[in-house]
Amino acid sequence: MQQNKIEFLEEKAKQVRADIICSLASANSGHTGGSLSATDILVALYFEVMNVRPDQPKWPDRDRLVLSKGHAAPALYAVLAHKGYFSRDHLWTLRQVGSILQGHPDMKRTPGVDMSTGSLGQGISAANGMALAGKIDKKDYRVYALLGDGELEEGEVWEAAMTAAHYKLDNLTAFVDHNHLQIDGFVTDVKSPEPVDEKFKAFGWNVLYINGHDMNEILEAVEQAKATKGKPTVIIAETVKGKGVSFMECQAGWHGIAPNAQQKEQALKELGAEINV
Amino acid sequence: MSEKIATREAYGLALAEFGAQYENIIVLDADLSKSTKTEEFKKKFPDRFINMGISESDMMATAAGIATTGKIVFASTFAIFAAGRAFEQVRNSIAYPKLNVKIGATHAGITVGEDGGSHQAVEDIALMRAVPNMVVISPADAVESRAAVKAAIEYDGPVYLRFGRLAVPVIYDKDNYVFELGKGVETAPGNDIAIIATGMMVGNALEARQKLSREGINARVIDIHTIKPIDKDIIVKAAEETGAILTVEEHVVNGGLGGAVAEVLSEYRPTIMKRMGLYDQFGQSGKPDDLLKLYKLTPDDIADEAKALLQHKP
Repeated sequence: MQQNKIEFLEEKAKQVRADIICSLASANSGHTGGSLSATDILVALYFEVMNVRPDQPKWPDRDRLVLSKGHAAPALYAVLAHKGYFSRDHLWTLRQVGSILQGHPDMKRTPGVDMSTGSLGQGISAANGMALAGKIDKKDYRVYALLGDGELEEGEVWEAAMTAAHYKLDNLTAFVDHNHLQIDGFVTDVKSPEPVDEKFKAFGWNVLYINGHDMNEILEAVEQAKATKGKPTVIIAETVKGKGVSFMECQAGWHGIAPNAQQKEQALKELGAEINV
Repeated sequence: MSEKIATREAYGLALAEFGAQYENIIVLDADLSKSTKTEEFKKKFPDRFINMGISESDMMATAAGIATTGKIVFASTFAIFAAGRAFEQVRNSIAYPKLNVKIGATHAGITVGEDGGSHQAVEDIALMRAVPNMVVISPADAVESRAAVKAAIEYDGPVYLRFGRLAVPVIYDKDNYVFELGKGVETAPGNDIAIIATGMMVGNALEARQKLSREGINARVIDIHTIKPIDKDIIVKAAEETGAILTVEEHVVNGGLGGAVAEVLSEYRPTIMKRMGLYDQFGQSGKPDDLLKLYKLTPDDIADEAKALLQHKP
């Protein structure tokens, strides 16, 4: 990979993380930990991988992303804003009455959101639907889905895993944001979906395993997924919940809460991002 | 009224018929295509049929994903699974984003018969009617079913279509029948009482009307094929002109047709009424005709209730 490309993505991720913190602080509620763990994947997809047109969000031939772990909406919104789908000013209206930015993704309100999600397990099915339609129409767009590891406890994920493999949806790439934590604690303590890689293999998927905070690894894995024919690919991305902010990292308690003003300042300082809100 | 066809049969044939004209129709089923009759579509358009296996929840959210690409998607299974098992997928992935998915729910009501209460959806209308953005249609016969499928295709948004397993009389003339989404049909005139029915109960109401007419009672029969949005005007007019309303449905009386009619009347024209249907009961195994007798939904039962209600008419 070209070093300047990687540096660009890393800088973008830093800005996006800062905007996630600010939008959540402004909303005074929302999901911080899982937004920060998913940030690098979303930045890599929107700023390097996906073929999209921010000025034409419904362009029929675009690549699509379904945020199956819809509670990471703040990360998606910040990425979409930076990509130019809408003004960054909207980020400070997150979760407020009348905002285009709902608590969970709403395709009817937010330009660039390809599917309304939030109820876990359903997004991966919807992504399959988009991939199936692409096959039927012989279009070459690609579909990306981002799942949480706690989300793998939903039975529908495995119904969808069967569907994707059965219909050989090689135009679909799923990421698992493997941050090991869910609301009630460690995923392996609450109800373990492990071994995640063996399960997807058994379901007929091509399985890749990466560091979900390493831009080089994310981009290389996507290329491998594109080159894999006849089966869907899942990229299990090892991540840190709350990544980038020391006091949020690896804390289940930061799943569903937002930083207060003081925590926000501290977080921004750690992220080292220039922010003008 | 001699010819009998199940509305599910008419549904499958309609899909196969309209599939030629509407090339963007995709049909999904969950291993029940022989029963829901979507196999009629599959035979003609195999490339546009997707068997989702026994995974109704996955099917509904997949249908939603397909619909985001501009397709008209029909997702079919039994009503109990469509409205019951997959309720939340229908609610969050289809209705919330108002995607163009038509839910073809067959085997609704007790006339499923021998399979028993576990497979007889008697609360699906109530469930679907409560969901914002959802249109709910319950056709009376084969002619109306075909027309309802066409109307659902032409409507942009989620539609729940309720079909039965049992072969039922064809009551409409296919050359003259006009279906208007959201408009009830005055199937037979009368000014003594109005029997408002949906699904196969329209046929039973018409038979009840004949029995009543032999006793000098002129019952109006109204077919509410679109339960949501409901035709307020035809209900209020019937209340004004007859003064007594009897509703009949193959469903619990809570939240279905009877509930919907009661809501309209209590807000716009309070009128004495009686709801016929299941009273806080599940169905059970048995021959459909025996079940209709057991749950008092035969033409004789309807005629008896009509006469009883007339005793209370002011």
